[in-house]
Amino acid sequence: MSIDVDPSIKADPTAHDEHASHGVSDKQYVLIALFLAVLTAMEVAVTEIAGMPEVLLVPSLLIMMVIKFLVVVSYFMHLKHDSAIFKFSFYIGLGGAVVLYAAMLATFHFFIG
Amino acid sequence: MSDTTIDPPQTAEPQSTPSHGGGQGHSDVGHQSTTGISNTKLAMWLFLGSECLLFGGLISTYMLYRNRQGDAIGPDQLWDIPFTSATSFVLLMSSLTMVLAVSAAKRKEERNTRLWLTVTALLGALFLAGQVYEFTVFYREGLGYTTSLFSSSFYTLTGFHGVHVAVGIIMLMSLVGMLAKGRIVGDKAETVEMVGLYWHFVDVVWIVIFTLVYLIPA
Repeated sequence: MSIDVDPSIKADPTAHDEHASHGVSDKQYVLIALFLAVLTAMEVAVTEIAGMPEVLLVPSLLIMMVIKFLVVVSYFMHLKHDSAIFKFSFYIGLGGAVVLYAAMLATFHFFIG
Repeated sequence: MSDTTIDPPQTAEPQSTPSHGGGQGHSDVGHQSTTGISNTKLAMWLFLGSECLLFGGLISTYMLYRNRQGDAIGPDQLWDIPFTSATSFVLLMSSLTMVLAVSAAKRKEERNTRLWLTVTALLGALFLAGQVYEFTVFYREGLGYTTSLFSSSFYTLTGFHGVHVAVGIIMLMSLVGMLAKGRIVGDKAETVEMVGLYWHFVDVVWIVIFTLVYLIPA
């Protein structure tokens, strides 16, 4: 028994590489890691800006944190290209944790101070 | 129609004897369930979802107690941001080497897989060494586990994360040993991917800890 294979696919090792890694090549993984490193450096740099108001500092740090989180989960953990049930399994735990503990912190903030 | 034909599915890789998984006969499909998705992978994602609740509890407890140090030493006097940034960078790079290990495993390059797994474990050990050094410095500065609510919640949070890193290193080195001795039954690439998911999760938890604990002013 044999199957037909497109010779262009067989000849291109990158195509095989990308297929094996959910559409992301090793080179792209390195670029993603560089992006994450730059974002980490930016996070630290933002905290070093003298006189930056907290109302700007905290949201900017939180935004960069969320971007880094989503990039690692989506690309390094392949959740972007994986089955929806895996996304649901993870994000239900994550979402539950965020809602539960945000409610807890809000409760302490408003009722205990 | 193309001229080129090959036997399915690239028979250079010998088929493993199925010990479980429905007796489908090929290592790449042995893990598939009747739903078409991997039960192992689903279990790992559910586990990681539950881990979010664990670390969510620890992080919010820290956020609650971060200013409760009384007259004792507080976070602003302790943090060494350049040092912690360097260890964060090390852990971030270990995620890169881990994903390269998974990529190599999917291409069935066993030697490269073992190499990247070993590098990942070494980077993890370097991060852990940094954390032990940091804890030692803090202790010498007068921050014991029971010094204040702040210190207890800080050591509990970062200590739990450190234990997760240590478990990850043990998993990585065990995997390297098992790959070398050919003791992995079934789909090797999926086994590497499962360890990879755990390792990346440890990294994303640190991304959150680094920002909320170290960078946002108390």
